[in-house]
Amino acid sequence: MDSALIPKGVQRCSLGKFTLFIGAVSAVLLWGVYAMLLCWLKGLNQTNMNDYYGFALWIWADLAVIALGGGAFFTGFLRYIVGKNELKNIINYAVLIGFICYSSALLILAIDIGQPLRGWFIFWHANVHSMLTEVAFCLSCYFGVLTIEYIPLVLENRQLNKVPFFHNLAHNMHEVMAVFAATGAFLSFFHQGSLGGVAGVLFGRPFAYREGVFIWPWTFFLFTWSAAAYGPCFTLSLTKLLEKVSGKKLVKDNVVELLAKISGWMIITYIIAKIADTWYWAAVTAPEGGFTLMDFYSNNPLYGIWILVLEIVIGGIIPGLILITETGRKNKFLLITAIILACIGVSVNRWVMVLQVMAVPVMSFDIWAMYIPSWQEVATTILPVAYGVILVALSYRYLPIFPQERELNPITD
Amino acid sequence: MSKAQEHNKAKKYGMVIDLDKCTGCGACMVACMAENNVPFKKDESDKLLSITWMKVYKLTNGKDFPDADICYLPRPCQHCEGQHSGHSPCVSVCPATATDYSTDTGIVSQIYTRCFGCRYCMAACPYHARHFNWWDPVWPAGMEKMLSPDVSVRMRGIVEKCSFCFHRYQRAKDKAYMEDRRELEEHEYQTACTQACPAGAIIFGDLNNPDHEVHKIAQPDPGHHGRPKNPNAFRLLERLGTNPKVYYLSSREWVRKAGDNYLKTEKINKH
Ligand code: SF4
Ligand code: SF4
Repeated sequence: MDSALIPKGVQRCSLGKFTLFIGAVSAVLLWGVYAMLLCWLKGLNQTNMNDYYGFALWIWADLAVIALGGGAFFTGFLRYIVGKNELKNIINYAVLIGFICYSSALLILAIDIGQPLRGWFIFWHANVHSMLTEVAFCLSCYFGVLTIEYIPLVLENRQLNKVPFFHNLAHNMHEVMAVFAATGAFLSFFHQGSLGGVAGVLFGRPFAYREGVFIWPWTFFLFTWSAAAYGPCFTLSLTKLLEKVSGKKLVKDNVVELLAKISGWMIITYIIAKIADTWYWAAVTAPEGGFTLMDFYSNNPLYGIWILVLEIVIGGIIPGLILITETGRKNKFLLITAIILACIGVSVNRWVMVLQVMAVPVMSFDIWAMYIPSWQEVATTILPVAYGVILVALSYRYLPIFPQERELNPITD
Repeated sequence: MSKAQEHNKAKKYGMVIDLDKCTGCGACMVACMAENNVPFKKDESDKLLSITWMKVYKLTNGKDFPDADICYLPRPCQHCEGQHSGHSPCVSVCPATATDYSTDTGIVSQIYTRCFGCRYCMAACPYHARHFNWWDPVWPAGMEKMLSPDVSVRMRGIVEKCSFCFHRYQRAKDKAYMEDRRELEEHEYQTACTQACPAGAIIFGDLNNPDHEVHKIAQPDPGHHGRPKNPNAFRLLERLGTNPKVYYLSSREWVRKAGDNYLKTEKINKH
């Protein structure tokens, strides 16, 4: 029924099946929307956050999606600025994922403050010394850039493209996309960094505090680096997931391998820097505050040294090593393992920089506080996932996201 | 120094709390809540959700009888100055400038109408001095008539904290102005907790004024960001560089040591 909207030369499932799928995901979405409304109408008492855990599940989700969405700016940077032409076959999808991640991040922030009507204060009364101010400005601007990058894709829908104005607009936008990719990369470098700075500047919290250069703590640079390193892995894992779901190959191996290789080297260099940072912090910065490394990882039921192992070894060194070797990249199982571990690694890093920071007692007579998110928090965290699934499904069905799909899946009647 | 200069000299209001005198009675907490219209819930059993501008902690030396010893430590906002004026942990991070450091008084303010509830300042404050209004304040019927008209009540979704009863400062300044005076006497501006403490454990005044009790007791060292020269005085988490304006006093070494974190191998580094 909707075949007129579907890109030429590709096959899609029946509209009935598609509607059923969208319906099921929408039910999850509505559950999230209900929880979101509860938080807005009744307040943040709907969550299990408290004065010790003022930053909790949402802020982690926020930081995680922004890191994972980093595939958009870094792939854009590689394609348009560095000139890795092969990546044109995956850039659309990277942009789409980035668009979803960043819009989700903004939505989560709106829920997190519990009173979105006052959200504009951050722009109006902006304190230029605050890392969060920089995050807010860059995030909003970069979301604008991603929207501009996504629009020509939407305009390439078969029916929309028939309208001459849209056709020309899409064409012209493509022509100048390098400018937006460069702007996006610039904005992203900053706000990813500022997000790292958010925790790193907390000199009252020795677990988070890092030294650095001028006003920038080391976490500033580590966050940017890690988003660039791990973001492409998220793009790749979602590509693989979509290939699995659709039962079709969508991107050629050489494209996947190129991105995986670059990502692998980025991860390896990042993880060396991360280890150096951790070592310096454990040996110098934390002891200056009166803490040993193990003070941060003991005397509590959850936060153990396993977190550091999971983040650095399992989610960093291992995927990095797999991705830089040709055999690793060519082996399907190893490749998928590596990109999944990488996504876990960067998410653990963001988790630590949000929740463990708050959990570690600083005053010698203080307690480790534990926290379990309420269903409202879980539902509102799943909400953007459901929204993302719907947007991916719609975009995949109606827009030419994967330029190689037709070639890889010739229709034979 | 000329009279005019003397008048313009910046104040640095601060507090000295004598932990050897504090009995842990909690009068300061009650006085603070009443004075500042601090809201409370029907069920206050979860203390991580309670708003306590002033909170009394119980410390123990961890030893068994007969060496067991305890100490009560009242904790208001420490009105941190940071390493340079106004670089308090919370002030430096607030994206909306909803909390500010006054170089005239040394008081860290909270502008409720500007706060949008991001809670970044709470993450920054190692003393848990900041509290979020998870609920709208609801007063038992009739009690709203007892609220102080000098202090605004706070709505759901914003952060609040101890202000050193700033409205009392304003009131004292107004009075002085009407009497054609520029300077306040030490007793004219005192916080509610100071006045309520039955043991006289809390002393409040201008740390910059050598005539004030707080200055005499704490003996702040200007060369070291106000670190106390009095060997029995200490500040919480001194080594983090928050540079608080609340000084604690104790003759017991374990209490002074509890004010900070030390490595096992490290000797307590005092002055
Ligand atoms: S005690 Fe906490 S709230 Fe008060 S000034 Fe220091 S950091 Fe800010
Ligand atoms: S919660 Fe309010 S005071 Fe605290 S940092 Fe955010 S806007 Fe500023």
